[in-house]
Amino acid sequence: MTAVKVRGLRKEYAGHVAVGGIDLDIDHGEVLALLGPNGAGKTTTTEILEGHRGRTAGEARVLGEDPGTAGRAWRAKLGIVLQSSDDVGSLTVTETVRHFAGYYPDPRDPGEVIELVGLTGKAGAKVRDLSGGQRRRLDVALGIIGRPELVFLDEPTTGFDPEARRRFWALIGSLAGEGTTILLTTHYLDEAEALADRVAVIAGGVLVAEGTPATLGGRAGAEATVRWTDARGPRAVRTTTPARLVRELSTDGELTDLTITRPSLEDVYLGLIGENR
Amino acid sequence: MTTIAPPATTALPGTLRLGLARGRVELAQFFRQKEHVAFTFALPAFLMVLLGSIFKGVYEGTGITASQVLAAGMVGAGIISTSFNSMGIGVVADRESGALKRLRGTPIPAAAYFIGKVVQVAVASLAEAVLMLVVAITMFGLELPSGAENWLTFAWVFVLGTFACALLGIALSAIARSVNAATAVMNLVFIGLQFISGVFVTPITALPKVMVDIASFFPVKWICQGFRSVFLPAEMSGYEMAGSWELGTVALVLGAWCVAGLALCALTFRWTNRER
Repeated sequence: MTAVKVRGLRKEYAGHVAVGGIDLDIDHGEVLALLGPNGAGKTTTTEILEGHRGRTAGEARVLGEDPGTAGRAWRAKLGIVLQSSDDVGSLTVTETVRHFAGYYPDPRDPGEVIELVGLTGKAGAKVRDLSGGQRRRLDVALGIIGRPELVFLDEPTTGFDPEARRRFWALIGSLAGEGTTILLTTHYLDEAEALADRVAVIAGGVLVAEGTPATLGGRAGAEATVRWTDARGPRAVRTTTPARLVRELSTDGELTDLTITRPSLEDVYLGLIGENR
Repeated sequence: MTTIAPPATTALPGTLRLGLARGRVELAQFFRQKEHVAFTFALPAFLMVLLGSIFKGVYEGTGITASQVLAAGMVGAGIISTSFNSMGIGVVADRESGALKRLRGTPIPAAAYFIGKVVQVAVASLAEAVLMLVVAITMFGLELPSGAENWLTFAWVFVLGTFACALLGIALSAIARSVNAATAVMNLVFIGLQFISGVFVTPITALPKVMVDIASFFPVKWICQGFRSVFLPAEMSGYEMAGSWELGTVALVLGAWCVAGLALCALTFRWTNRER
């Protein structure tokens, strides 16, 4: 059974179509990254699936239920990490995590979750005294405290420094390793590449491409560019058989500055959303 | 023989238990926000000190001073501040900060959120009443009644008044989109009603009748009148609009506002500011 099944999902506001008919499936245990520019419909789509917003038309099943009408037992199986929030400022990290644990029938141990998100050193600190990255990790702690089957992560690493992002990726990787289904929306292509089993690109309210990070948009079969420097200076050749080219070139001896590049996920992504703006 | 493990317990925590847990968290947050405590908590007492020191005079033949009449009524103004204002601004703040949206994404029922708010308002209002009475007794010589009947009146005026004002605060929170707007709206309503309800201007009979007629539709006049009946001697009832304490009407109006407040909350409450 699929964790999320969406058919013909539409959301219209007065005179404006935010989501224009989306089909999407997410398997149990899968990590799906939803990519797209601001205003593409990422957050609207996720919020409909989270039960935060209604839909104009289409079918949506999340963990077997309609998110528009599902009740408390359904919410207990979800973990939702929203975009920026600014609440619970005067409570401490431990107080907050313990309090939220009490909402769920079978929560994780608060101390372990605090450890997992790397906030043990800040357990006694007031939430308002945390840095942006620490605050976000607390958001994740509250999102996973209920032992969710499905986690929604909406742009979770915005404002992180590179080291914090790496740590965060490791945390998400370990959740995925436990079999948690994850729907991640992000602006960062490297993040999608590092975390996602599958990537879906949304632009102008519709899905424009879907695939694994390695194959998205025909990336795997695309021409590679081989660059090197020889006596005549820097050289660059586009080829579908880069290994053969390198073998032929290296019969003459060492090659300086040799690189082989395929179009990056970013090149593919920019091409996709460029066509659909 | 094989034993079959019982299914994992998946019972959701009860609404009342969650509501009380919310209440503890709400109280901790309320009393840790110094500015908030200063504004909703200390301001009514500060006003009582100032106004009580300005208005002089003794009601002939009763030995009751103008300050004591003011102080008795202002106990009501105090609990309105910690219920109506504090609730209205608190709910808007929870919406603006994303706290409500976060809760909406968890299995907590809306009722538990409101039970938590009501617990916070009840405790803060009781503390406020005590603070106002301490100021009234020490500065203006207000005397606590000894009769059980007076304390019974105090209890029901307090409960109905706090509950009605808290519900109206929630209802009014629906029209404000930011904490700044909410603070302005709440205080405008609150200060205006205090003036036309004979809280600042005593006795209430000194006000133009049309003002009091308007004020009679709202809870402020009746809460303060109820508290005056508790802390002032019977002969002071002659300085009320009807020439009596009208406790039956007090109960009726406040009870009606509780019902109307519940209905308004159910109709107007929103989890978020966004269009659904």
